[in-house]
Order: sequence, then C-alpha cells, then structure tokens
Amino acid sequence: MEDQLYRDQILEHYKRPHNQGVVEDADLEYEDTNPFCGDEQHVTIKLGADEKVEAVAFEGKGCAISTAATSLLTDELVGMTREELLRLPKEYVLELLGIDISATRMKCAMLGLKIVKSAALGQPAEWEDEGEAGTPAEAATF
Amino acid sequence: MEQATAKGPASGAPAADAFPIERVRAQFPTLAREVGGVPLDYLDSGASSQRVGASIDAVADYERLHHSNVHRGSHTLSAEATELYEGARATVAHHLGAGDRREVAFVRNATEALNLVARAWGDANVGAGDRILLTEMEHHSNLVPWQQLAERVGAKVEFAPIDDDGLLDMEALKTFLERGPKVLAIAHVSNVLGTENPLAEIAAMAHDAGALVVADGAQGAPKMPVDVAALGVDFYAITGHKLYGPTGIGALWGKLDLLRAMPPFLGGGSMIRKVTRAGTTYADVPARFEAGTPAIAQAVGLGAALEWLDTELGMDAVRGHEERIADYTLARLAEVPGLKVFGPPRGAGRLGPVSFEIDGIHAHDVSEILDRHGIAVRAGHHCAQVLMERLGVAATARASFGVYTTTEEIDRLVDGLEDARRVFGL
Repeated sequence: MEDQLYRDQILEHYKRPHNQGVVEDADLEYEDTNPFCGDEQHVTIKLGADEKVEAVAFEGKGCAISTAATSLLTDELVGMTREELLRLPKEYVLELLGIDISATRMKCAMLGLKIVKSAALGQPAEWEDEGEAGTPAEAATF
Repeated sequence: MEQATAKGPASGAPAADAFPIERVRAQFPTLAREVGGVPLDYLDSGASSQRVGASIDAVADYERLHHSNVHRGSHTLSAEATELYEGARATVAHHLGAGDRREVAFVRNATEALNLVARAWGDANVGAGDRILLTEMEHHSNLVPWQQLAERVGAKVEFAPIDDDGLLDMEALKTFLERGPKVLAIAHVSNVLGTENPLAEIAAMAHDAGALVVADGAQGAPKMPVDVAALGVDFYAITGHKLYGPTGIGALWGKLDLLRAMPPFLGGGSMIRKVTRAGTTYADVPARFEAGTPAIAQAVGLGAALEWLDTELGMDAVRGHEERIADYTLARLAEVPGLKVFGPPRGAGRLGPVSFEIDGIHAHDVSEILDRHGIAVRAGHHCAQVLMERLGVAATARASFGVYTTTEEIDRLVDGLEDARRVFGL
C-alpha cells in the first residue's frame, strides 16, 4: 500500500530532484533557511528578453517534503513573470504536492515558495507560514 | 498511583536489576497515555522530561492551599508561600552541593541563568579586546548571550574545538586558555553528542589561566550527581523542565562572593533595599536577581522533583541507568544499515542523548515516521548550529533518555527506523 505522505511521486522528487544546481548569470537569486530545522535552499532564476522566467534551479539540503515541494514548484516556473511569481498562492504548492501537510510540516512545504518569492521581490517575502494555507495577496506582502 | 517507599541506594552505580524501573514509570502519569493507538515511547527527555507525580502534586497542593505572594506581608498564606519557595531554594542548593542557599537564584530556565551571568557579570567584567571562550558543542543558550556580550563591549568570542569522536580537544582547549580569556562558558553534557566534559579538570585549567568558568548544566544535572564545590566551577545553570519538574523555572548557582559583586540583572520589586526619587540601593543576593513576583508554584515543583530524585533514586543510580540505556541504544543502532551516530563511541561513561542520521532519509522524515509508531524523538539542529556546521550536517535525529526509559523502548525505536527505511525504499 502506498504511503499517504511519502507517496512515490514525493520520494521520486526527493531522491532525484528536478532543476538541481545553479543557473548561470542569474537575474534573481535568494537563499534562506528553515529556522525550525536548519534546512537550506538556494534558488537562482534567469529571466528572458520578455522578462519571463527562462531558467530556474535550486540547491540545498532538506527533508523529503521541502525538497519535493521545491522540485515540483520549479518545474512550473518557466514562462512566468516576476509578478506572477509574487502572486503564487500556497495552495499552488500544496496542489502540486497532492498530499495532506500537517501544521508542523507546513514550513517544509513552503520553504521553496518563500525563497522563489523572495528572489522575485529582491528582499525577504514574509507571511504567516504555519497552519492553514494563506491567501495569494497575503503571500506577496512584506 | 503506586506509593514508593523503598529508598534508593546511597552511592555507587547499582546493577541493572537494582534500578526500580517499573516503580519509577508508575510515577509519571504521561507515560500511561497512547499516541496513535500505541503506548507512548518518549525519547525526547533532552528537550523536556516528563513530570514526576511528586512534582505535579506539590504544584497542585501549593495552588490549592498555600498560594500568596512571597516575601510580602505577614499574613499566614504569604508566610506559607515564602516557606515553600525558600524551602525549594534550599533543596536546589542541597541537590547541587552548594554550601549556602543564597548562592541559588531562581530564574525561568537555564537560558535565563546564562543570560544573567553574561549580562550582570559580563558587562561589569568583560571589556573591549577581551576574549570569551566557548566550545563548539555549546547550545545556543550558552553561545548567543556571549556573542551579544561581545557585541556590546567589543570582546572576541572563540570556540574550543571538538575531536572527531565528539570529545573536547583538551590540548586545543589548553592553547585557547593560554590566550587569557576572561571566561570559559561550557556545557557539562552536550545536548547533541552526549559528551560529558570533565568539568573539574577543565575548571582547574581555566582558573590557572585566570578565566572564570560558567557551566551549562541543562543536560548534565538531570543525568548525574552534581557537586559544584567538587567541580570547582564558578556558575552552574539548571532548568526545571529537564529535571522532571515544571517549565518556567530554573536556577543559577554562583559562588557567593561573585554573585555579591555583581550588579542586578532586571530591575523591579523584590530586588531592592531602598528606593527613593534620587535612586535605588539593591537587595543582597539572591533577591537582587529575582525582580518581580517569581514563579512560586514552579519553584515548589522543581524542589519536589529534586527531592524525589534524591530520596527515591539517588543521582548515582540515575547516572547508572542513563549509561545503561545509552550503551544499549548505541549497540542496537549499530544494527541499522546506513545509520551514523554522532558523538563518542560506546564505552564507560557514555551518556545520552544519541544523535544519528540515516543515509537517504532526512531527520525530519525519520521523526515523522517514528511518530506513527508512538515514538517521540527530536529532529533538527538542536539549537546547536555551530556544532552542526562542525559535524557537516543540517539536522540530526536525537533519542534522549530519562529515568523512565526502558530497553524495550529502544527496541521499538530500532523497529521504527526499519519501517522508515522501508517507506523510503531503502
């Protein structure tokens, strides 16, 4: 029977994350840690001539949830504008994960999104990232 | 609840069969509960121990029958509350081998005790260009306050290194001490590695070099007899909630002459001798360091927990049990493929906790899967990020023990780890 949390898709992205590494000549970049556990992620993004995401990569240490979440998220970002990155709601990541995330693991699931938004914003993006998923507007405030 | 009457052995680590594990477990109400339909397997006492019934009862009795403010007024309840509060102070002093109960100041926790020293003693005695010596294994509670002091006064913080077994490198420590630090702040026992630092030897070395010794006893005090006089340290910090007592209470022990020479920490009621419009003169120790109404019920609870440890078990027996469980854990974890333990190897004197990682499974995921089996461990950096950097890991899983921990619970841990490996396809 497949595990409810550690589904095959999650474990696949954990063991072989997509978009690993660093983008050359990145236009946007951000690194942050999950203060709860010390996990780190570093995201680099290159924008194309039309100011849309042309390439994205991430690196770092993390648990299955944070690594899979950022792997899945970065798969979706090419073609988005900075504005669109800032508007991404938490639900977007939760839907990509397709699993129930407990309050204690919400920070893990949202680490990548927070870093992508911070990169797009050029400064730390902050929102209430414990418990239930928040609104898109809330997510873009700082 | 079973009423324990037999006294623990006075001294010497007893054989395993002499430790009254069933009687001990019966005194901890939380241990009777289930998590996810299975009995709780609590391996997180290093973060916070469970509460012993004697402490719970003492707090409840105080709240129901004796509560008032302390050191105020002459009515009966205030006198009873004061007697209980000061009685708890005497118990802490006795437990730590302190000659004078005025050497014990109640604080919120070990963190506050260490902040008190860094603020009150540090600001008065550490200046620009001075050195503050820590070790690589310090908990943030015995690291950040010293960094903050260094920032305030322009001092320099240095870290004595550990070796690859997780033991303090004594030769390197000697070299760092020769540079003449004002103070050495050091854990008695590492909250990650289970390493016990030889405090008596270290304190003698530090004093020869002219440094004061501030010991963080948050992890050490729950595991062994502490005799501050024999250790020769200058300050020793403990916290109640790792000693089977309540949260919100801890104690700082300090040498009387040092405490008396220190300015106050926080200002307010209780810590004054006389207040006028022109200024304030301060009370003698320990009142000088206890501004405001203290955590009276919690102090009473801490006193009751220590009394229970001393009269029912004896700290030598507690140490013996800790060593046996740590040794059993190290032996069993060696059977788990891909598992790496951080800290000293099996051997005489190895204490808990036991921190580990499993190749291919992040510590958080280990902890999540163990929780499904009712097993509580801590995963993360354990508030010791300098140590994590030294070990080259972001996070570890940590099993930590208490007087109630059984070998069967360690067997369940190993089974849970096997399940984690199965879930991750290892």
